[in-house]
Amino acid sequence: MFANSEYPQAFTNMKNRAVYSSRNYWSGVFFGIGTMAFVDEVIFHQLLQWHHFYDLSTRQAGIFADGLLNAFAWFVGIGALFLFSDLRRRNALWPKRWVGAVFLGAGGFQLFDGIVMHKVLRLHQIRYGVDILPYDLTWNIGGGILLLTGLVILKQTRKPARKMKEGK
Amino acid sequence: MHSGHSTHTAGTVYEAALILVVILALTLYPIAGILTSKLYRKWPPSRYFFWYTGVLAAMAALVGPLAERAQTDFVAHMAGHLLLGMLSPILLVFARPMTLLLRSLPVTAGRQLSRLLKSGPIHFLSNPLVAAILNLGGLAVLYTTDLYMLMHQSLVLHIMIHLHVFLAGYLFTISIIYIDLTTHRYSFLYRSVVLILALAAHKILSKHIYASPPVGVPREEAQTGGMLMYYGGDLIDLALITILCYQWYKAAAPRPLPADAAGQKG
Repeated sequence: MFANSEYPQAFTNMKNRAVYSSRNYWSGVFFGIGTMAFVDEVIFHQLLQWHHFYDLSTRQAGIFADGLLNAFAWFVGIGALFLFSDLRRRNALWPKRWVGAVFLGAGGFQLFDGIVMHKVLRLHQIRYGVDILPYDLTWNIGGGILLLTGLVILKQTRKPARKMKEGK
Repeated sequence: MHSGHSTHTAGTVYEAALILVVILALTLYPIAGILTSKLYRKWPPSRYFFWYTGVLAAMAALVGPLAERAQTDFVAHMAGHLLLGMLSPILLVFARPMTLLLRSLPVTAGRQLSRLLKSGPIHFLSNPLVAAILNLGGLAVLYTTDLYMLMHQSLVLHIMIHLHVFLAGYLFTISIIYIDLTTHRYSFLYRSVVLILALAAHKILSKHIYASPPVGVPREEAQTGGMLMYYGGDLIDLALITILCYQWYKAAAPRPLPADAAGQKG
């Protein structure tokens, strides 16, 4: 089904991982960004309806930034899955590095959304008619934890990647 | 369109002409498909399906109950816009009308057409960025100026705007995904960036409509219409993004090295 069964002699998975190390990384980061944008849309906009489609107080710059960010997230979220399939067929998937990158992308998006979009550009708030501070803290600390988790996992894959590249 | 007898007649003539075009499209395509199948490889049945659904999606936006409601209801207008400018082009592209046309034409006419397709102006128009600007720029002008209001008062404007929405939507679609015959090709990365920018512009415009309704549109209708544009656009762009990524996936498929193939034999 995948490349490894078609070209069993071409490469070993370990070597492929090193060659496609950055593709593993970017597929994961993009998937994390896309997933978080999707979760944000489904849970906070549609189900809880805490976020507003547009609270009519945003400046033009905020609308532009939000449009770009969401279009980017929508695109790379889908693109990430094709990159993932590509890694599978090349027998180059590196699950640990990929998962670490997913956490990094998800946490990064969450923090960017929470700090730049919500606070700096004041696009919309997490919830209306309540004391916003605990919500903001939970949001951004949650994002920070995801980001750190990603960094810790990725750090564990950095050494083997370098070793394999040198040994090539 | 509702004032005066002569404009009313003009409206009827317009609708009759539209229906004629639709009937021609729905009959000429299968005739060409069936006749050329005798000379060349059989024209796949799925393409007839795409052609019919694409033409009908465009027709639904132009004549009939939805088009009638769109005269007074902005939400219905927006639904029509999604059908005419976004859904119909994607379906039609999969019917590969240009390939069929070249198959059907006599050799000299075919050569002339392919020379036209390779010409400078077509090259310019098929640049994804140019197509995106024509597509989204046209919409921006329509919804942020008085044009939307004027459109309901002039039949000529009405026809021109709808023609532009359809043609620009089709041009944009063929500039992003290469399903039909494509003479000028651009890289996946470039097309991806343009698609992201166009999707962003679509989102920005729909929020702008939500915030400041076009002249003559009640706030509530503008808000519902804006959200329909936003989420409907997301859904149809999902298809466009998936097709583009899939084309990359197919093009980037690893090929076995010649040495490996030889090794396999031995």
